[in-house]
Amino acid sequence: MKAAVIVFPGSNCDRDVAVALEASLGAKPYMVWHRDTELPAVDLIVVPGGFSYGDYLRCGAMAAHSPIMREVKARADQGARVLGICNGFQIITEAGLLPGVLMRNAQLKFICKDVYLRVENDRTDFCRYYRSGDVVRYPIAHAEGNYFVEPHTFREMEDNGQIAFRYCDKNGRVAPEFNPNGSLGNVAGVYNSKFNVLGLMPHPERLAEDLLGGSDGKLMFDSLVEALS
Amino acid sequence: MSQITPDVIAQHGIKPDEYKLILEIMGREPNLTELGIFSVMWSEHCSYKSSKKWLKTLPTKAPWVICGPGENAGIIDIGDGDAVVFKMESHNHPSFIEPYQGAATGVGGILRDVFTMGARPIANMNALRFGDPSHPKTRHLVAGVVAGIGGYGNCVGVPTVGGETNFHSSYNGNILVNAMTVGLARKDNIFYSAAAGIGNPVVYFGSKTGRDGIHGATMASAEFDEKSEEKRPTVQVGDPFTEKLLIEACLELMATDVIVAIQDMGAAGLTSSSFEMASKGGLGVELDLDAVPMREQGMSAYEIMLSESQERMLMILKPGKEDVAKAIMDKWELDFAVIGTLTDTGRMVLKRHGEIVADLPIDPLAQASPEYDRPWVSPAKQPVVDAKTIEAVCPVEALKTMLACPDLASKRWIYQQYDHMVMGDTVQRPGGDAAVVRIHGSNKAVAITTDCTPRYCQADPHEGGRQAVAEAYRNLSATGAVPLAVTDNLNFGNPEKPEIMGQIVEAIKGMGEACRDLDFPVVSGNVSLYNETQGTAIQPTPAIGAVGLLDDVSKHMTVAFKKTGSNIVLLGETKGWLGASLYLREICGREEGAPPPVALHRERRKGELVRQLIHDGQVLACHDVSDGGLLVAVAEMSMASASRIGAALEAPSTLPLHAWCFGEDQGRYVLEVSDDELVAVLEAAKEREVGARVIGKTGGHVISVGGRAVAVDELKAANEGWLPAFMGAEMSGH
Repeated sequence: MKAAVIVFPGSNCDRDVAVALEASLGAKPYMVWHRDTELPAVDLIVVPGGFSYGDYLRCGAMAAHSPIMREVKARADQGARVLGICNGFQIITEAGLLPGVLMRNAQLKFICKDVYLRVENDRTDFCRYYRSGDVVRYPIAHAEGNYFVEPHTFREMEDNGQIAFRYCDKNGRVAPEFNPNGSLGNVAGVYNSKFNVLGLMPHPERLAEDLLGGSDGKLMFDSLVEALS
Repeated sequence: MSQITPDVIAQHGIKPDEYKLILEIMGREPNLTELGIFSVMWSEHCSYKSSKKWLKTLPTKAPWVICGPGENAGIIDIGDGDAVVFKMESHNHPSFIEPYQGAATGVGGILRDVFTMGARPIANMNALRFGDPSHPKTRHLVAGVVAGIGGYGNCVGVPTVGGETNFHSSYNGNILVNAMTVGLARKDNIFYSAAAGIGNPVVYFGSKTGRDGIHGATMASAEFDEKSEEKRPTVQVGDPFTEKLLIEACLELMATDVIVAIQDMGAAGLTSSSFEMASKGGLGVELDLDAVPMREQGMSAYEIMLSESQERMLMILKPGKEDVAKAIMDKWELDFAVIGTLTDTGRMVLKRHGEIVADLPIDPLAQASPEYDRPWVSPAKQPVVDAKTIEAVCPVEALKTMLACPDLASKRWIYQQYDHMVMGDTVQRPGGDAAVVRIHGSNKAVAITTDCTPRYCQADPHEGGRQAVAEAYRNLSATGAVPLAVTDNLNFGNPEKPEIMGQIVEAIKGMGEACRDLDFPVVSGNVSLYNETQGTAIQPTPAIGAVGLLDDVSKHMTVAFKKTGSNIVLLGETKGWLGASLYLREICGREEGAPPPVALHRERRKGELVRQLIHDGQVLACHDVSDGGLLVAVAEMSMASASRIGAALEAPSTLPLHAWCFGEDQGRYVLEVSDDELVAVLEAAKEREVGARVIGKTGGHVISVGGRAVAVDELKAANEGWLPAFMGAEMSGH
């Protein structure tokens, strides 16, 4: 598997995700500057977290129009896997790779903590090392993770298995009190209809090493390496 | 008609005798631009004129110190060619007037001090003091300051890994916002600020210059009065996105070989950066102010020189390297302009619209600023409080009350608004004795803490100064890290009052003693004076930021109890010292008495013992005993454990129970030790002549002492509940 990480001005999890990818893959990903117009031949494109362009407009709205994003969309259309984490989720959603929008957290504050997530669909390249119903712990760190989409689209997404993760308690119970940002249906991450694009607010790369407090996130990168190698 | 009337001089905060000195230095009357430059350069904030005499007494050297005070930040050697660059700095006055921007730009400023020297910032900390929770402004200030620190630090992508927060009525009109940044550099690629090379270009880069923040340094050097909030326009506005670009652009530029010297534009902006660089290099400088990138039209020389617009840097380039630097700034979309050249005149010559608008000698301004030996009186010593005269309250009830008091209550509501995990090296998150941050790509880590106990400093600034340093030493040791060096942020009232000056002098003396005895030099720092409103001063608050090193990060120790059935071992002597304690304040409503003394010679032995035990894997958990005393320390270890492991304690009959539980005797640690290791641990303590005794066992889910018990969950709820409830009231109130 070959991977690329897109770097925007204001990206700040680009190094973190590169470290996690390298640990699972055994090779460094390409780091691609946002003004580039071409991508190397890769199987996986990661759009990392951060504050692209300071997020002074709507989060991700500026980055979605960076030159490289045309190429990312073209590759996604051709079937490359695209993983958008946190600000990356906001960017690929703004770019139209995923349905929906990410709004200000319901409690209006930036929040950084570990959360529990229930894996909703294990039949994807991102989650093949998990089982549906598994509870995993990933950190969140965002102020705009309140996912919303039109109700009829949401029902279709649920029926298609496009919900990737939902916020829950450590026993897997999904309820509003375990939802850190007010997202529709406790959604933490969603797939596109072809399951080659995943966007999620929590950061798998931040708990991919026991020394840092856990390694649930490592399984996502291991899954991708297994699927794409 | 002269523009320089006595009124104008007074508005610039210049005293009549200082103005006389200006006339001598200039040999003529200064114009307004020149007067403005003198005013900021000689402000307390930039010149340290009241504190310099005493700061010089602090120990600043050790074999591992690469750079001590006087540069943008201090630097220590951590081996393998790595260097750690750090400093703490206040942004108190702006944060009171405009809490979000004041705190945000405080973070931005301290970050620049660190990356200016060639270091990538790897961690932020902050030490905050707010007024009484019942004061009408406190909620608003807490909300704004925390959001500002988070808004800036989160965006630049540097984790905010810890700090401390106190509440006391003495801060009602003067909150303290002290921000610390720790950075990582290569020892052979450090950048300094001394200009060199006559004819070399002086280059400006970063954000454009606007009219914001003019006279911020002067504002920070005066007491507040009822009109201070009219000074809102002197608070700068931060742009963390530009700061992030500036970090990346600087580090990219520093990897090339084109920079002679570099400095950020902090307080007093272009004035202090250009003067300091030229002065350190013994050179002159000529600036064409027309070339300065400006955000607004029609700015005067005065405004350009005194602007405190954020995210700006000044550097001296090697000749002919402008294109290399410009290409990097273009990539990061930052302004770049050659604004002058270095000269051999020793003078600062400023031009605007082709005319000379200021011509000043550099050294007298930058170095010969007034230095005062202000009169001071030592505060009267407080009597030692006899624990037997203090009301004894049921210990578990008192514990629950104390864990929910503002100073001890969990600060989770605060640190959850800070990204404390970005950069992927945060090994110990906020909430422990010290944060532990791995050195990227290595097996080493730094431990970082900030400490000060203002109520001790109020009671006895000398002992309080010693204690602040000693507690930082303990907090680092408790993680297993070897304490290396400190940065200080000295916050006091008006130094023109002898009793305040006495606090400053005594606190510095106390700090100096502790730093010397513990081999813990001061490598950087900042002084914030005039923290008074309408004549009422803050409690003396010499905040200490400290850094230690763990050679093997996998051996780092945490406070959380790990197992049931372990021995709880107390290191150090307990006499039941209740003077100036939290128990006395929170339970008895009394703020009095001498604070607990620190025995520095034993402090070091205990620290070495603790680190040895941790290194050899003989302890399961370790926590220093500080605010609230022994029972609070044990409760914190229980509350930190994932399964809420309780503790059964056996109090000795030789002391009143409340004094044993809540006395704040210094130099103590609580260890969790398995049965297998117990004999060896007690033996090791004996060898080092450190008192050690088993005071109980871990187990169950309650904490019991003196025949009373309380559930850990109940304590946790009380401890976690206070701050969200307090801040939640703000939400519903608007």
